[in-house]
Amino acid sequence: MQIAVLIKQVPDSDDVRMDEVTGTMIREGAGAMINPLDLHALQEALTIRSSQGGEVVALSMGPPQAEAALREALALGADAVVFLSDPRFAASDTWATARTLAAACERTGPYDLILAGEKATDGETGQVGPEVAVMLGVPFSTYVSRVEFDGCGSVEVSRTVEDGIERQKLPLPCLLTVLRDINEPAMPTLSGKKAARRAALTVQGMDSLGLSPDEAGLAGSPTRVRRIFRPSLARNPRIFKAGDIEEGIVALFDELESRGLIDEQGPS
Amino acid sequence: MRNPSASGDILVLGEVRSGRLHRVTLELTSKARSLADVLGGEVSTLLMYDRIDRDPRTIVHYGADRVTCVRDERLRLFDQEVQSTILSFVIGSTGPGIVLAPATTSGRTIMPAVAAMVGTGLTADCTGLEIEAGTGLLLQTRPAIGGNIMATITTPDDLPQMATVRPRTFAVPEPDPDRVGRVEELTLPDRCFESRVEPLGHEGSSGDDVNIQDRDVIISGGKGMKREESFRLLRELAELLDGGVGASRAAVDNKWIAYSHQVGLSGKVVAPKVYFAVGISGSVQHLAGMQTSGLVVAINKDPEAPIFRVADIGLCGDLFDIVPRLIEGLRERKGVSG
Repeated sequence: MQIAVLIKQVPDSDDVRMDEVTGTMIREGAGAMINPLDLHALQEALTIRSSQGGEVVALSMGPPQAEAALREALALGADAVVFLSDPRFAASDTWATARTLAAACERTGPYDLILAGEKATDGETGQVGPEVAVMLGVPFSTYVSRVEFDGCGSVEVSRTVEDGIERQKLPLPCLLTVLRDINEPAMPTLSGKKAARRAALTVQGMDSLGLSPDEAGLAGSPTRVRRIFRPSLARNPRIFKAGDIEEGIVALFDELESRGLIDEQGPS
Repeated sequence: MRNPSASGDILVLGEVRSGRLHRVTLELTSKARSLADVLGGEVSTLLMYDRIDRDPRTIVHYGADRVTCVRDERLRLFDQEVQSTILSFVIGSTGPGIVLAPATTSGRTIMPAVAAMVGTGLTADCTGLEIEAGTGLLLQTRPAIGGNIMATITTPDDLPQMATVRPRTFAVPEPDPDRVGRVEELTLPDRCFESRVEPLGHEGSSGDDVNIQDRDVIISGGKGMKREESFRLLRELAELLDGGVGASRAAVDNKWIAYSHQVGLSGKVVAPKVYFAVGISGSVQHLAGMQTSGLVVAINKDPEAPIFRVADIGLCGDLFDIVPRLIEGLRERKGVSG
């Protein structure tokens, strides 16, 4: 079974500090890591490989430093990686990103299964997976918390949704986006780390993927960022300590009441 | 420049889940109404279901000019392929300038597929939607980088302009029972129901699992809760305020509560009317997941905890003393005997 895993490098949110004045994140000096949900996708691919055989290929689009995410994927056990990096990919929106990843899947595939995290912790759109599936013409499912193979060329999945679990059956090839609940990612092995350091990474750009400039990057993105601004988060904290706690509780109850959150039920 | 053929009509994807009309349908329909009034267009709301607990006409009272119902037994279980095909079909046959959908698991699954089928842009989780004067473009504002920055996004050259919106982002206005609109059943060709996905079943979960993003009040606990059992206190408080229980990553990592309750960059981004942070110091990754909440209440014994800087009301002391006092006080105010 040929399995592709779509990976994104994101800023390490634990490392990120807040600029006290502007209220924005200070990214300089912050580390980068594989999007946590993508680690679950990779782990699922490795688990499937061990039961079904085959190969796991991790694909990522990003700036040159995103190479580190693919080396990490190798250290974790991926058989091969595909690095999609080209200055002309910069400022891709989800559509252009999906177009690029779909082209890479076509070039390096065919794959029986494509896995991705449900969303990335930075963009939080969750759109790239389904878009890649449609562009490749394969069926897909999202919010997957369990995958089972029936051995007859199809896969049964459980989707965790607002009001419970939905079960679906999809034929291979298909694309699935997975949730954190699906598994517990393993740590990289020492031998994996060594191999990852030594591995030669080839880079694919717009030309080698056969994409035209209007299909990828900013030019290929239907959406445009018009404006970026800081949300107004002005708060005037009223802090109550020790002997003032009771006063604070009264102030809190008044606030709750003014928001209609304390309805009198009458004495019961 | 804007495509001159762009229509001022807006299509809303409504949501019917297990036979229940989701209130986000009304939120989006009324928002669409105010946008369509600026553009001089019509609002259509599309419903796909096999059964429904309310008269679809109700949606007219919230601002729809037309409610299009696709009622079919084959829609009993969610099938993303069928729903995406139907939505694309309706977009193709009616040519709306804007399509809005709920940012629920269903909407967030169908919309990207449709965006790829139709070949247009999509903006996820918008918290603000406006029509730009002059261009008539939809200004789609959403939190970026975990709510630290807001970005306003447009889809300047492609149609329709598509956006998803989280439930409870927009208010539901008072219905206008005198509003006039059409309700129509749409019969679709069989090919719209062809799917490679085979839905097998749906198992419901208990009410405790209501998505915390849908709550008006969230009571979250962190490392200061010390153990699983103390989350009982938060559940009690949440029940009195008809709220849900959230948690910091530390609490989830300690397995005191399930991941579905985690608030923060690596969990859920929430914006309830009232957010309680109990025993949570306030890491950036947590703050980014809740700082756009209405009223923020922090309960922590460390006066230096960063959470106090983003709180409206801070109660600095032992949570095991303060939370029971809140529960007791609320019971008194509500006139419930403890």
